[in-house]
Amino acid sequence: MLSVRVTQTFCEFTLDAAFEAPRGITVLYGRSGTGKTSIINAVAGLLNTASGRVTIGDRVLFDTEQGIWVPPHKRRVGYIFQEGRLFPHLTVRQNLLYGRRFAPRTAAPESPDRVIEMLGIHHLLDRRPALLSGGEKQRVAIGRALLASPEIILADEPLAALDDARKSDILPYFERIRDEVSVPVLYVSHSASEVTRLATTVIALESGRVTGQGPALQILSDPAVMPLGVRSAGAMLNATLVRHHDDGISELSAGGLPLLLPRVDHPPGRALRIRIEAQDVMLATRPPTGISALNVLPATLTDLRQGDGPGVLARLDAGGNTLLARITRRSCDALDLRPGMQVYAVIKAVSVPRDAVGDGHGSDGR
Amino acid sequence: MEWLSADEWQAVALSLRVAFWATLLSLPPGLWIAFVLARREFPGKQLVNGLVLLPLILPPVVTGYLLLLGFGPQGPLGRLLDVFGITVAFHWTGAALAAAIMAFPLMVRAMRLSIEAVDRKLEDAAGTLGASRLWVFVTITLPLILPGILAGAILAFAKAMGEFGATITFVSNIPGQTQTIPSAIYAFLQVPGGENAALRLVMVSVAIAMAALLLSEVLSRRIARRIGGK
Repeated sequence: MLSVRVTQTFCEFTLDAAFEAPRGITVLYGRSGTGKTSIINAVAGLLNTASGRVTIGDRVLFDTEQGIWVPPHKRRVGYIFQEGRLFPHLTVRQNLLYGRRFAPRTAAPESPDRVIEMLGIHHLLDRRPALLSGGEKQRVAIGRALLASPEIILADEPLAALDDARKSDILPYFERIRDEVSVPVLYVSHSASEVTRLATTVIALESGRVTGQGPALQILSDPAVMPLGVRSAGAMLNATLVRHHDDGISELSAGGLPLLLPRVDHPPGRALRIRIEAQDVMLATRPPTGISALNVLPATLTDLRQGDGPGVLARLDAGGNTLLARITRRSCDALDLRPGMQVYAVIKAVSVPRDAVGDGHGSDGR
Repeated sequence: MEWLSADEWQAVALSLRVAFWATLLSLPPGLWIAFVLARREFPGKQLVNGLVLLPLILPPVVTGYLLLLGFGPQGPLGRLLDVFGITVAFHWTGAALAAAIMAFPLMVRAMRLSIEAVDRKLEDAAGTLGASRLWVFVTITLPLILPGILAGAILAFAKAMGEFGATITFVSNIPGQTQTIPSAIYAFLQVPGGENAALRLVMVSVAIAMAALLLSEVLSRRIARRIGGK
């Protein structure tokens, strides 16, 4: 368990955040410039002007009151930087093994073979970083951090420098780290899809302050703490893949409700987590007929939240799952929507992109 | 070596010896000063920078005379070294000292530029992987600045081979002791019929300079290839 309390005054804002990161991936989620990177740099020891206290288990990394400041090389963090930061004069193999000679003998190290296999970088071992693509560099950077036997992994927007195709190549590796490696991960991101797929715990940040923290399912569906505003709001569902249909549609079950999505590349029985954007959900007060949308889910309206503009964010309970719908105030008035009403949530199958569906293990915040 | 007389050969050997030791012994302090100037901020930094560069700007004769005042038999530093049994005045070690001082600014400048070009984020990354500052220096910084160290050393060697003014002022022009190639050429040109000997030494100078340049090209290209990954 990583426990963090940091304060630091910058010209534009004051960072004042306290949170705990349990096992799994804890995502620091917020807009650019809200102090996310400063927090993990304070944990790593790269920012030594912050005050506060950071501990991993009972090991104190720094504590300004007690005057403790452990230098970065003794903190045993595995830092995955946004730009990779591979050493240009070393081969991939030498980069991967760089941290091993410094790891204490008592540490139970990851086996290089396992990490190399997990990241699929066996064919790159003798190359130098200059000859790797962006995605390959990032995979090596992940391996290098894992092999240093860290007690916590820090990732600072590790996918931000990659294009969308490369992003969806790398995301599964983080899912595997979450599910197969016991080390907790502190992951900085401003991308809703990364949070949905990876987060066990979400720490929502706004202008240097924590506006919400808790299990991913809860925070992501709570419009009050969504740091990126209603426009990017969306709910996360836990679902199980039931079967694949012949026409390219996969059938899932989310809390007993059937959900039809474009073909999902997982075997039936697999637990999945799905992000459904608020703007992709339509509301009806009667079951609609003669409609092309495949999913019509009966739900209870639990909350209506007025946005700044003409929009309203509606929170629904559909068979125990939370859904968010973004509708206009005009529609809200025309349908006379009120909390407690029975409604139907209409979701087009094709509105759920492939990168919104991730492996569901570890999503319940073990 | 039949085409060089014993005197000439002596001058060539002495020049190589002087330049070699001048370069080798100024490498560690040069690297240290370059590091301090590139990385640290401290009061009086400009003064230190100015002192290092001074021999580049001063007339070499002035530098040589200052060395004579400081390291001569009556000079305070000369007497201090005498306690340890080291003589530099009118001795080949003095020629090496003069060459080192004259070459120092060139060496420090080349190294400083390469240290400033190192991405410090790589050093941070090595630190998070568990490397102490010394290890970071040895395994990351040093390999990355190797081309700059090499360039600095070659420049210093070339400067030391050609140093004349400060050397002749400080340690005079004693055959077999302080008569390096430039001093020997100068001496040959002072006597009638010495032109042929001078010309031979000129050709040796050109050959050594070319060889040093080629060597540095080959080495820096090999290092660049290693760092660039090709």
